[in-house]
Amino acid sequence: MQAGSGKRITKELGEIQSDPPEGMKVTLKDDSDLHTWQIVMDGPEQSVYAGGHFKLILVLPKDYPFKPPVVNFQTKIYHPNISNDGKGSMCLGMLRTDEWKPPNKIVAVLNMTRNLLIEPNPDDAVESSIAEVYKNDYKSFEKTAKEWTKKYAVGK
Amino acid sequence: MDSDDEFHSGQSSDDFMIDDDSDTGLPEDDSDIDEVDIGFESQEKITKPGRKSYEVEFKVYSPQDIQSYQDKQIDEVSTILGQPPEITAILLRHMRWNKERLIEQYMDAQEQMLENVGLDQDIAGPPRIETKKNFMCDICCDDQPGLETFAMKCGHRFCVPCYKHYLSRKIKEEGEAARIRCPGEDCNRIVDSKSLDLLVATDLKERYQELLTRTYVDDKENLKWCPAPNCVYAVDCGVKQRDLLKIVPTVHCDCGHNFCFGCTLTDHQPAPCALVRKWLKKCEDDSETANWISANTKECPKCRSTIEKNGGCNHMTCRKCRHEFCWMCMGVWSEHGTSWYSCNRYEEKSGSDARDAQAKSRQSLERYLHYYNRYANHEQSAKLDKDIYIKTEKKMSQLQNSSGMSWIEVQFLEEASRALQQCRQTLKWTYAFAFYLARNNQTEIFEDNQKDLEMAVENLSEMFEKPVDQLAKLKVDMLDKTTYCNKRRVILLSDTADNLKAGKWEFNVELTG
Repeated sequence: MQAGSGKRITKELGEIQSDPPEGMKVTLKDDSDLHTWQIVMDGPEQSVYAGGHFKLILVLPKDYPFKPPVVNFQTKIYHPNISNDGKGSMCLGMLRTDEWKPPNKIVAVLNMTRNLLIEPNPDDAVESSIAEVYKNDYKSFEKTAKEWTKKYAVGK
Repeated sequence: MDSDDEFHSGQSSDDFMIDDDSDTGLPEDDSDIDEVDIGFESQEKITKPGRKSYEVEFKVYSPQDIQSYQDKQIDEVSTILGQPPEITAILLRHMRWNKERLIEQYMDAQEQMLENVGLDQDIAGPPRIETKKNFMCDICCDDQPGLETFAMKCGHRFCVPCYKHYLSRKIKEEGEAARIRCPGEDCNRIVDSKSLDLLVATDLKERYQELLTRTYVDDKENLKWCPAPNCVYAVDCGVKQRDLLKIVPTVHCDCGHNFCFGCTLTDHQPAPCALVRKWLKKCEDDSETANWISANTKECPKCRSTIEKNGGCNHMTCRKCRHEFCWMCMGVWSEHGTSWYSCNRYEEKSGSDARDAQAKSRQSLERYLHYYNRYANHEQSAKLDKDIYIKTEKKMSQLQNSSGMSWIEVQFLEEASRALQQCRQTLKWTYAFAFYLARNNQTEIFEDNQKDLEMAVENLSEMFEKPVDQLAKLKVDMLDKTTYCNKRRVILLSDTADNLKAGKWEFNVELTG
């Protein structure tokens, strides 16, 4: 299966590069390492992150696809589900070990991530203070999120 | 604090009762208890005469017992539901082994239930490994012809190596057993035991069984694993969480470990679980101070020589100036042994200086240290007593040679040592108990009992330090003192347990279950 995992990853990478999901550029960080992917995700038009370009690193564990990939935002982002600790880690739904199923695809992970930018999930937040603002004072959430996008995710 | 567990947990025979009426060794299904709701009061009725008030009814089970009890239940329910055992097992685990509720819900809405646990009605036919034409595994993307594949009834088909790897990961790394789902996307079907048998290697099957047994015990309120390292036994006890403010259910595992069924900490009678939690938290918070006070050295109150305590007895004699004093209160020893033994009692200061906030906080620290000192001291002494015993054990064989006593005849040392360990464990917790106790009519009796037990223990502990060649002469005396220690312990525990049950203790903090 270890050999099979290479086959599977190559296949997924090929599919994603020939038909990339909306608003994303996917490359290998280093051509010799199939397990570390680099993604540039455009802030979806209808979201508060519009105009920004967010860098993500997706790491496939050795035992992929039996273990879920790990996704980190390298660009700072104001979002209830993405940690604001310099790591930019994201832990949601299908990415949890007990939820992940081996046939799940990376493209689904990326689409889920994009959907999360459009619609945050404050009930399952990593940053509970941001989740509070999102729920109780959306205006102020929107303002900060746009400021951060401008500051960290535009023109870089 | 746990290092001496395996040691002091040996039982003196009169100290607790093993269930003498246990017939098959297996309990009747307890699910009816959930409905009848036998509270603590009604439990009194089934308490047999001869059981002391601080003892609870319990049974110890081996993994085999648990396995066979599980199997028996599965067979029983399997007949009622008309489902094969492996399906019944999944259903029972899903319902957390509540047989009645399972049968009821199954009869009401069979299809709904089978769907809930990921089983549909089409469950005939054994699982098979097959090869399919034009197949590509969705996990590894392998598509070579002749690839062995497997799918359960849900039809999510993957190659056998991937399926096997998926299952072994779940079992080995994630410790899952009862609720492993089909690897298919969004499929909640649970992998049944027949499919597992087909795909899982023999060594993993054992682990799988172990995990299943584990979930069984975890699911049952009346079963708990013995927390001792490497112990494989589970204990069955009817005491419920809500009873824990009224009883301290210490149980004795067959491995020799004594633990509380309520919180699984090492035996902490007479203090109830809620109090123990508060105390341990407090000791942790105040650990800096606690560290300081638990330092092993003190100065001789007369000549100021530094003294390290190297035995369990509190009767200290300074090597230098021959001053005899009590290690705990540093008072002159001669005032202890006879009429006045105030070492266990904290004299509450008069209320007048309570107005001064600073004095108050110092006083509360002092009060805490008073009890903590004694608590820690008994813990420490128990360890030292044990060290001495280990040394003595070696000399027991020498004693046999020199005095012509047989092995059986020198066993009194072991009995004495056990009594010491157990009594110190109890004494230790009496100080945590006393710290939270508010004064009322019962406290004086409690303190007297504490004092008596403490004195009995110190007397016995002191004998333990005598040179080996004198031990033979002391046998009768030592046996008497051992019996007396055990007796004092029973008296103290009975009194505290009776009052706890009757709600007669008042605490200076609120205890919540």
